[in-house]
Amino acid sequence: MTAFVVRRLAFACVTLFAVLTLVFVLVRIVPGDPAQLILGDQASREAIDALRQRLGLNLPIWEQYLVFLAGALRGDWGVSLVSGQPVIGEVLKVLPWTIQLTIVSLILGIAIGVPLGVYAAIHRNRVIDYAVRVSSLLGLSFPPFVAAIILLLAFAIALPWFPVISARSGSLAAWYQSITLPAVSLGLITAAYVTRVTRSAMLEVLSEDYVRTARAKGVPWNAVVWRHALRNALIPIITVVGLYLGILIGNSVLTEIVFSRPGLGKLLIGALNQRDYPMLQGMMVIYTLIVVLVNLLTDLAYGVADPRVKLK
Amino acid sequence: MSARATPTAAPTPLAYFAAQTIKAFNTNKTSWIGLLVFLVVVALALAAPWLAPYDPNDQNIMEKLRPPSAEHWLGTDSFGRDTLSRILYGARISLVIGVASTLLAMLIGSAIGMFAGWHGGRIDTVTMQAMDVLLAFPSLILGLILVAMLGPSMHNIIIAIALTSIPPFARIARAPTIAIKEREFVMAGRALGFSDTRIVAGHILPNILPEILVMGSLWLANAIRTEASLAFVGLGVKPPTATWGGMIREGFENILDSYTLALVPSISILVVIFALNLLGDGLRDAIDPKLKGET
Repeated sequence: MTAFVVRRLAFACVTLFAVLTLVFVLVRIVPGDPAQLILGDQASREAIDALRQRLGLNLPIWEQYLVFLAGALRGDWGVSLVSGQPVIGEVLKVLPWTIQLTIVSLILGIAIGVPLGVYAAIHRNRVIDYAVRVSSLLGLSFPPFVAAIILLLAFAIALPWFPVISARSGSLAAWYQSITLPAVSLGLITAAYVTRVTRSAMLEVLSEDYVRTARAKGVPWNAVVWRHALRNALIPIITVVGLYLGILIGNSVLTEIVFSRPGLGKLLIGALNQRDYPMLQGMMVIYTLIVVLVNLLTDLAYGVADPRVKLK
Repeated sequence: MSARATPTAAPTPLAYFAAQTIKAFNTNKTSWIGLLVFLVVVALALAAPWLAPYDPNDQNIMEKLRPPSAEHWLGTDSFGRDTLSRILYGARISLVIGVASTLLAMLIGSAIGMFAGWHGGRIDTVTMQAMDVLLAFPSLILGLILVAMLGPSMHNIIIAIALTSIPPFARIARAPTIAIKEREFVMAGRALGFSDTRIVAGHILPNILPEILVMGSLWLANAIRTEASLAFVGLGVKPPTATWGGMIREGFENILDSYTLALVPSISILVVIFALNLLGDGLRDAIDPKLKGET
């Protein structure tokens, strides 16, 4: 197990390094001089030079790269051009909102998707299977903000059960009130993906010899499905859930906007509109860290779900 | 190969391809529905100048935020512009950006995948590792940042969406290239002294084309969704040009006055994406039954 974890950690470090390099390049493909862009056309030569100095744009490119890498890893992500606060502080302040939303949506997606997928698989080609397939395909066709707007219209405006602005916290009731609609809108789309992969993975496993053997020796059907088959179908499910987490984090940006919910999404859109480059760079670093962490967890989950993975 | 008993003419490659396509569509009847709906949308978009009852950008403040009526079938927006006309014209933007970015991603992605698969070894490892890194980063966020930095023009949006959709095409092109590389007809080509380019383009590409095209229909759905998402946060083609995402944004800002304004473009987008998913999903089943339902 130790060797397995070490190998995955090493791979995570390589990915982190690669994506950080990508971020560095991305921020520098902006046409024109960022200092000029930030200050506008009216800025004096001196002001632009001073800002270039402050942003480190006067250094040679490889030195900028080293400064960026060192800063990114130390948590020194510069200062927001808009608020004048350190980027890392602003990011950490809203991070819990996004993480809560993502985790609750994911749990919702798995709790709905896995049983539904298993159920569809064991009733293959029956009416219920077709219904599940078509509705899951419809579910994953939803742009996340469309799902959010429809829920908002239905359950916050037509039926005033939930607040229109989901930014309350404090008591448990307030938390529940503010997270339900955003999490349901993301969770249903997640459930659509999970249902489909669960169904197809189960179909494959259910035709295996060991399933027939288990049936033949008299293991109850329920135990065969939930213990033998589902356990073996876990690997593709984990793969999709892991990959989908990246999409989910992206989608949460739109959901946060619709529900006026604090989080990385609102921060990101604000930074994009204000052209707050240090903030954007910092946000890409935090997204990278999240993605690398998710990949690492996915890899470790493989090892838990299927002990053979660790030996490879 | 068996000796030809009856002198029937061998089908031309094109006829063979057409026959296979129809067979694939027939495996899953839902593909036909998806195709039909999508073609209707394409036709409506093409015919927008003749079908639209009003100019999509004509403002009429006296008529603003009207509910659906005989004059304005789908009502008007906060500038008094006709929603139906804007939906028809907006479809053009969605389709042009969607199709162009998907084609671009398809071209670059499958070229990268075939290149990696054909060469194998270290080139393959490094290329695919790079693709995995790109795939790991949330594509919507990457798209947002790219468009914000390049500026929200039509062709920058196309480039940004295409860039984020390259990795899946590279992946899907790579695996069959590796498998086909070892087949006799490729070795025969090599023995005849064909260049790598000729073997890959002339003999491997046609074999993996069906899979790439099916992936294309699914990623077209994704590209249309991404374009709408960009427009929804204000990074779409500049107003007053009608885009579905932009219309949803405007409708959302006026949601307390008129809910049809956000709902109509939302449903339009959902119909197109659902149709494309039905089409691609059904065809994928036909091409590879093992992939059934995987996303």
